[in-house]
Amino acid sequence: MTEAPDTVETTDTQALAPAPSHPPEASAVAAGEAAPQADPAPLLKTPLHGLHGARGGRMVPFAGYEMPVQYADGIIAEHNHVRNAAGLFDVSHMGQAFLVGADHETVAPALEALVPADILNLAPGRQRYTQLTDANGGILDDLMVTRSADPDEDGVLFLVVNAATKQADYAHIAAHLPAGVRLLRAGHRALIAVQGPMARQAVGRHCPEAVPMPFMSAITTRFDGIDCHISRSGYTGEDGYEISCKATRVRAIAERLLSEPSVKLIGLGARDSLRLEAGLCLYGHDIDTSTSPVEAALTWSIQKRRRAEGGFPGAERIQREIAEGPARVRVGIKPEGRAPAREGTEITLDNKPIGKVTSGGFGPSVNGPIAMGYVEARYAAPNTAVILMVRGKPMPARVAALPFVPHNYVR
Amino acid sequence: MTTRYTKDHEWIRLDGDVATVGITEHAQNALGDIVYVELPEIGRALEKGGEAAVVESVKAASDVYAPATGEVVAVNQSLDGAPGTINEDAEGKGWFFRLKLNAPEQLNDLMSGEQYKEFLKTLE
Repeated sequence: MTEAPDTVETTDTQALAPAPSHPPEASAVAAGEAAPQADPAPLLKTPLHGLHGARGGRMVPFAGYEMPVQYADGIIAEHNHVRNAAGLFDVSHMGQAFLVGADHETVAPALEALVPADILNLAPGRQRYTQLTDANGGILDDLMVTRSADPDEDGVLFLVVNAATKQADYAHIAAHLPAGVRLLRAGHRALIAVQGPMARQAVGRHCPEAVPMPFMSAITTRFDGIDCHISRSGYTGEDGYEISCKATRVRAIAERLLSEPSVKLIGLGARDSLRLEAGLCLYGHDIDTSTSPVEAALTWSIQKRRRAEGGFPGAERIQREIAEGPARVRVGIKPEGRAPAREGTEITLDNKPIGKVTSGGFGPSVNGPIAMGYVEARYAAPNTAVILMVRGKPMPARVAALPFVPHNYVR
Repeated sequence: MTTRYTKDHEWIRLDGDVATVGITEHAQNALGDIVYVELPEIGRALEKGGEAAVVESVKAASDVYAPATGEVVAVNQSLDGAPGTINEDAEGKGWFFRLKLNAPEQLNDLMSGEQYKEFLKTLE
């Protein structure tokens, strides 16, 4: 879904020295937070923390939580397992909340005042990706919005936001709600994702109702008798599900899934390489308050009615950029050599800076370095030759169409 | 032939006046899957403690420092196409470069295998 796998926070190379439990590991997984290691608050644990420990998870600080960056097999093996079979991700650190009003016609406009997506016409049991925008058209966070399929829950929207931004998001949303609409935080819920071509089979054995679900749909159901919400969604580019349930029951669901021969636990490291290959944005890196949804190539997530009507924060800029084109745009970048270009790498042409890498690393399925970044709009055409300045040396690269690995969603 | 270790997790093994340098088993394990290595040019003069190479895992780039002062006389070209060799055999086939040492006695300042093991315990 929307959020934030771990990622590489390296604009500079890091000393090899402090290896295992602080940099490079710790700062290497700092996604979405300015300075996680500097935070004196004790790290939070998800309800699956014990499972990670029992299964050999290498735990690192991430968005205020102690999370597994990888398990014994390592990031590349975990990445490939998701592309070939099925992976189980603990994403319980993400923020889950309900927006509740008298009916959909009350709650939808309340959210539409904060996001550019069409929520009013979101059908029951359907899910949509959108962004919380600010008055300048920057992105405060990206999130998933689901309208409950249950007619008895008319007026309920389920939100999933990024871990690192959830407190700020909740404060922002709550401060802008009209009378009669409330934000209910669901801190008692856990969230897991099951991703990969064998996810349908694995989940279907415990919840047959999940098998025929279309992409970006959601149901309230039972998994081996355990109440849960399941959506057909994820953030890896693969088919799969996200399962939200009470924190007290998530271990049981996870253990059942792991008893399936196709399913392995996958850490945040592979989550990051999977989403990068899929061309999906990581908040705090590829998108933030300095980038608009149009610059970020997320215009597809702004439906026609909202483009025409506006009525969301920053509409003026976003509508103008849709009409006239943005000055810069998010693109894929494929280095021609083997050296990865990390976040912060300068993109140049004829010795002039034309942009910057916002996510970069190694794509195991691509079997080579891949990156995303922003370039001036006139250089955004796929195959445009550019130069990446890596450790002061010019490295040839080309603008690449996204995703790097075709999406494998059910339609 | 003796092998010495640095606090930055490099190893250096002296054979005559030429020493082979790499990263330790501990370092490769901490880095995870290695996907790229940038080696120094042959003939380059390295200072003890100076940047000598860069090793990149899926997650991050890390500097490798010269454990002693000397001139680069060989680099492990086979790592170019197979950086995973460092994960498989960090202290053997995964060596990085060879140095002709200016002052082999610099190695006396580095840790023995036993001392390095003790040092690793202090990091836990």
